[in-house]
Amino acid sequence: MAKVNIKIEGQPYQVEEGLTILEAARICGYVIPSLCAFNHGQCSRGSCRVCLVEATGARGLVASCVYPVAEGMEIRISSPKATEARRASVELLLSNHNKNCQQCSKNGNCELLHVARLTGAREGMFEGAKTPVTVDRLTPSIQRDTSKCILCGRCVERCKNAHGLGVLGFENRGFATIVAPAGNRSFADSPCILCGQCVSVCPTGALSEVSEIDRVDAAMAAGKHVIVQTAPAVRAALGEEFGMKIGTPVTGKMVAALRRLGFEKVYDTNFSADLTIMEEAGELLNRVKNGGVLPMITSCSPGWINYAEYYYGDLLGHLSSCKSPHEMEGAIIKSYYAEKKGIDPKDIFVVSIMPCTAKKFEKDRPQLQHDGIKDVDAVLTTRELGKLIKRSGINFLMLPDEEFDQDLLGDYTGAGVIFGVTGGVMEAALRTAYYALEGKEYEAIEFTAVRGFEGIREATVHMGGMDVRVAVAHGMKNAKPLLDDIRAGKSPYTFIEIMGCPGGCVNGGGQPFVRPALLPNEDPDILDTYRQKRADALYSEDERLTIRQSHNNPQIKLLYADYLGEPNSHLAHELLHTSYEARPERFR
Amino acid sequence: MNKITSGAELDKKICACTEALKDKFAGKDGHRAVVLCGGTGCLSSHSAEIKEKFEKLIAERGLEERVSVNQVGCFGFCSQGPFVKIFPEDTLYRLVKLEDVEEIVEKDLIGGEVVERLLFVDPATKEKVARQDDINFYKKQRRIALHGCGVINPESIDEALGYGAYSGLRRALSMDRTDVIKEVLDSGLRGRGGGGFPTGRKWQFAYAQENDEKYVVCNGDEGDPGAFMDRSILEGNPLAVIEGMAIAGYAIGAKNGYFYVRAEYPTAVRRLRIAIRQANELGLLGDNIFGSGFSFQAHIRLGAGAFVCGEETALLNSIEGQRGMPRPRPPFPAVKGLWQKPTIVNNVETLACVPYILREGAAKFAECGTEKSKGTKVFALGGKVNNVGLVEVPMGTTLRELIYDIGGGIPNGKKFKAIQTGGPSGGCLTEEYLDEPIDFDNLVAKGSMMGSGGAIVMDEDNCMVDVAKFYMEFICDESCGKCSPCRIGTKRMLELLTRITDGKGTMKDLEELKALGRTVKTNSLCALGQTAANPILSTLAHFEDEYIAHIVDKKCPAHVCKNLMKYTIDRDTCIGCGLCERQCPVGAISRTDYVAPGHKLPSRVIDPDKCIKCGLCMASCKFKAISKE
Amino acid sequence: MAHLNEAAVCKIREICDRYADENTPLMMILSDIQTEYGYIPVEVQEIVSEKTGISVAEIYGVVTFYSFFSLKPKGKYIIGCCLGTACYVKGAQQIIDKFCELLGVAPGETTEDGMFTIDALRCIGACGIAPAVSINGKVYPKMTVSAVAGVIEEYKKLGGAEA
Ligand SMILES: Cc1cc2nc3c(=O)[nH]c(=O)nc-3n(C[C@H](O)[C@H](O)[C@H](O)COP(=O)(O)O)c2cc1C
Ligand code: SF4
Ligand code: SF4
Ligand code: SF4
Ligand code: SF4
Ligand code: SF4
Ligand code: SF4
Ligand code: SF4
Ligand code: FES
Ligand code: FES
Ligand code: FES
Repeated sequence: MAKVNIKIEGQPYQVEEGLTILEAARICGYVIPSLCAFNHGQCSRGSCRVCLVEATGARGLVASCVYPVAEGMEIRISSPKATEARRASVELLLSNHNKNCQQCSKNGNCELLHVARLTGAREGMFEGAKTPVTVDRLTPSIQRDTSKCILCGRCVERCKNAHGLGVLGFENRGFATIVAPAGNRSFADSPCILCGQCVSVCPTGALSEVSEIDRVDAAMAAGKHVIVQTAPAVRAALGEEFGMKIGTPVTGKMVAALRRLGFEKVYDTNFSADLTIMEEAGELLNRVKNGGVLPMITSCSPGWINYAEYYYGDLLGHLSSCKSPHEMEGAIIKSYYAEKKGIDPKDIFVVSIMPCTAKKFEKDRPQLQHDGIKDVDAVLTTRELGKLIKRSGINFLMLPDEEFDQDLLGDYTGAGVIFGVTGGVMEAALRTAYYALEGKEYEAIEFTAVRGFEGIREATVHMGGMDVRVAVAHGMKNAKPLLDDIRAGKSPYTFIEIMGCPGGCVNGGGQPFVRPALLPNEDPDILDTYRQKRADALYSEDERLTIRQSHNNPQIKLLYADYLGEPNSHLAHELLHTSYEARPERFR
Repeated sequence: MNKITSGAELDKKICACTEALKDKFAGKDGHRAVVLCGGTGCLSSHSAEIKEKFEKLIAERGLEERVSVNQVGCFGFCSQGPFVKIFPEDTLYRLVKLEDVEEIVEKDLIGGEVVERLLFVDPATKEKVARQDDINFYKKQRRIALHGCGVINPESIDEALGYGAYSGLRRALSMDRTDVIKEVLDSGLRGRGGGGFPTGRKWQFAYAQENDEKYVVCNGDEGDPGAFMDRSILEGNPLAVIEGMAIAGYAIGAKNGYFYVRAEYPTAVRRLRIAIRQANELGLLGDNIFGSGFSFQAHIRLGAGAFVCGEETALLNSIEGQRGMPRPRPPFPAVKGLWQKPTIVNNVETLACVPYILREGAAKFAECGTEKSKGTKVFALGGKVNNVGLVEVPMGTTLRELIYDIGGGIPNGKKFKAIQTGGPSGGCLTEEYLDEPIDFDNLVAKGSMMGSGGAIVMDEDNCMVDVAKFYMEFICDESCGKCSPCRIGTKRMLELLTRITDGKGTMKDLEELKALGRTVKTNSLCALGQTAANPILSTLAHFEDEYIAHIVDKKCPAHVCKNLMKYTIDRDTCIGCGLCERQCPVGAISRTDYVAPGHKLPSRVIDPDKCIKCGLCMASCKFKAISKE
Repeated sequence: MAHLNEAAVCKIREICDRYADENTPLMMILSDIQTEYGYIPVEVQEIVSEKTGISVAEIYGVVTFYSFFSLKPKGKYIIGCCLGTACYVKGAQQIIDKFCELLGVAPGETTEDGMFTIDALRCIGACGIAPAVSINGKVYPKMTVSAVAGVIEEYKKLGGAEA
């Protein structure tokens, strides 16, 4: 890349050509306030105007997030004119904003508030009428409050880029403009898959998860037997809520915190991730042997399930009938565990800590309850867990490392851990399927071909005398071509893993916000690397564990021996499998 | 129609068409031609029916062989329309009604006598003027962009060819592309869409881009309320714009051009469609235009009612089927424009000047104008001026010439107050600037701008705060909403202005208005926001006292702002006829016990609490007993 | 949700197909539908979405951006009062006010009988004959407040005669 010479605040620098002023400044050690800019121009509308600077060669002030550097350019961030202009932009935004920070879900992570502080925005400037407000709280997963929206468009871009869905769009014009699903309808009445990706990029409280903390409180207060389970991806990110660097695994501290929060049992969803693999690998082999519907597609991501039910109702037969791991865990807790412990399942309250907003919806699916008893009663996101811990007065950083409860559902393997990243389910399944077909473990253990963040990855594994072609996709935009091929009858694959979120659950819609502006200790390129860092935390735990294949999990073996019989047995089907229903009307 | 396949054939065709057109106007063999204005203004005053009637009567009288009836584009003097012209005498009849047709046929066409009562009367000298060129309105005009408008039948490609069309393209195609650009550069032509950017320079940028696909876009969105030059050009001589576009296409290396025309202009769109079709049939558009090896096709896209789509990047987004929200620049359209390909966007009037430059040469175009603004500019002269209409004058013409010589001054003996140029992005200029020459840079220097050519004259009855509010309302409505300073700032400015015109303003509001104005100007993404405050800032600069009157005295000096004025009846002038009472929609007027001396009936009185200030009573009173204060 | 009849669905599909060869046809499709039906409700946008692959939210965003596209049906006669500058300084506000008063609706609204919609327009390019009013494309030059009632009557008769 060619370099150009620029000056910022009179100091000379050499930076890559083609960078925006904002990017160049960050590399050179300057922070220019910004709101609408996100992810290196993935969303570069240049619309919020809080990043204005002076630059030679331009008429007037320029939006640094969209204006490219040029040879000889002299940039002034702190000139009185630029400083005042940035402040005025923020003040104008605030004049059409519902400033009830105290009750706002984004308080603490709010970029608007941060920028207001940086620019010194004054109270009560430019007050006047406000754009009419819509508040949508109809879905169990995510909510929208336009009184907080600054129309940065990040959510619009994210939904489009991740899923090609474009659920959200700009509506109306001028002062009446809002961001909403078509017709300003509820998310519940749109093709939204509830993945929460839009929530995770929204800089303000306009989009947030629907909190279930109150429900957990109520269960505790009611004296229920409250059991908590945590998804693999949570441990890779929870530390961020407490200022730890992205990618720091905090399994032990997380368990310690949960124990202190008063949960009866602290279990790892990984246990049932292993269980899922047993069931799913069994199902796959069945289909292969008995001419079942192929390719088979994984079913552990409710975001993806929603998508399939809306758009590919004709392909539901391809989905594995396995419940997602936390639902399996809930089902086992309310049957096997309840029986062993002699507790009435009605008195058990299962809380799942998930990186995911779609799981909040999933837990309410009618297919995932028996006689009015839900497998899982409440789903909290990683972020909500962070809040819960902060509220309780626990100093997370000072906690000791503790172990998950070991009884009955305690063991987990490396295979379960990597579920949290795209390609992980595939890799875990291959380890077990290989063993089943070949009668021996896959020597290298790791199927690295399915790792990484390429939109679609594929591999061919030779096992059982066949070449098994598999593919992995994450984000619905990447899944779509694979599905269209299936529909057209020309899919070459036997097994496909699909995850709702780009990157898989490590980047789920319930994970801590990655806000470069609010994370001064992270690398400037953190938006490019955070998924990898979180994934690495999981892969390193997998490496560290001695047991790395689901079929070698001793308590899983015990569970089958003791209770379920064998994978895909009648009882296993009753407890661990589910069904789907086409819902094409969702985009009607 | 046979396609023209070589330059020589084109020359022959042009020759034949020119002869035919000349013969028509010269009255060859005693033929006469009736020419009617078919512009939107005149069509609305029944010029189409008038044309039919002419045809009918002429047929009845058996004159078809000797008299032709022709419809042409706007004459420019729309307020005096509908127009009928008779050739070869070149007699101009104005304000013609259906009933007048018979008289014109009998007296003039058959009797050879001028119908005096339908001639234009000079408002100053009160003299009747028979020929268009002798009317002051036309005297100082010079037609380059409006070439052919009001002369040729816009639906006949033959007439366009007979009136100079395609000679420019013919010459351009014989030149090197860089020489074509140089010719345009040398002419000094600057964009007529508002920005005044040198057209040749724009073309150079696009020319320099390496790309197989490039586009020419003609901006016919004409959003400035009160301006209609682009409409008249498209309605009056669409082929000239097509030719200009093709020349631009040749110069930069584009094979396709897009007309983006407001949906509000159905006649323009229809005539453009006809011209494109006819040009294709003749081989003057499409593959290998008249055998030159150059291929070019023109397409039409319609706007859908968004002023901001006049902004070039918003326009491109609109063509791309998106919300018309401007794009940040760079990249400029010349680098990444329509569908990310190098694109030039030029205004209708700009492109209409191009054939002239290529036909007559850059020097001829640069003959008139000022040092940095060459050629002519079309203005839509409107508002409180006697001669309302479209005028094309050399750059450098003074405002006084425009308003008084051409415009015929202010009607009803009222006093000139200001002229707003540049539409909602421009500013107002007062008496003291009347002798300023009009050109791009001088208008900016004086606090306004050229804009696309809207020129609205205001007299003492116009309240300048109300005018500022009117523009702000417009801008606020038309802000695309993308960027926060414009989306929110214009709303706030409108709120402040409304407060002031409602009589609730404070002096602090004025300061805030100025501060906001500056912020919106410096912070906005596109020129809509960057110029949004201009009407406020310029009225504030010249008429701060009017603002203060609204704020401090709670008075609207021009009696426009409803909350600050009232209607009263002078009880001694009122003869008690009761007409106003019957007109009043809300029953605010009642009878008093007072009978003025010399009158028989009791005077009326207005209840200010009931009155909604519709003004009907004042308009109806024949005795001027009602006034505003 | 309004139910679209089979014929309408076919017609909308046909309109989409007209522009199958165009690069970015959305505006053209929408303006044809607007012309054909007088409005573009969400149900219709959904069909366009299906045909073009553009998300409904995006189409909705386009429809609500441009003032020519309407989500609601308009009246049989659309009274477009120009409020452009040239017309405004010549008293256009009073004219639109009069229309509103006589018809009992605000700008942008439609009378209950579905006969009239009043629209405030921004310059229809007939400034030379300001103030201008355009009713279903027919332009009335140099309108006056007192002429308003007559114009309404003219259309009421016309509407009555056609009905
Ligand atoms: C808000 C806004 C509205 C505009 N409207 C028009 C318009 O209606 N017609 C036009 O030709 N240019 C308009 N322009 C200017 C165009 O962006 C562009 O500069 C012009 O079309 C370039 O053509 P020219 O160089 O031939 O003038 C507008 C600009 C802005 C910012
Ligand atoms: S979005 Fe930010 S600024 Fe707005 S209320 Fe929430 S915390 Fe406060
Ligand atoms: S939750 Fe996911 S699918 Fe729904 S709007 Fe947000 S990003 Fe789109
Ligand atoms: S909802 Fe959030 S991300 Fe979306 S535009 Fe509004 S502020 Fe931006
Ligand atoms: S990928 Fe993970 S976080 Fe995202 S929707 Fe699926 S399960 Fe939820
Ligand atoms: S300045 Fe106004 S019109 Fe231009 S982009 Fe910003 S909001 Fe849109
Ligand atoms: S201004 Fe109108 S409302 Fe007031 S008194 Fe006169 S007619 Fe009646
Ligand atoms: S119309 Fe004039 S003269 Fe007649 S009653 Fe009214 S104010 Fe008096
Ligand atoms: S961050 Fe640059 S304009 Fe929003
Ligand atoms: S429309 Fe006839 S003179 Fe303008
Ligand atoms: S301002 Fe009304 S027609 Fe132009």
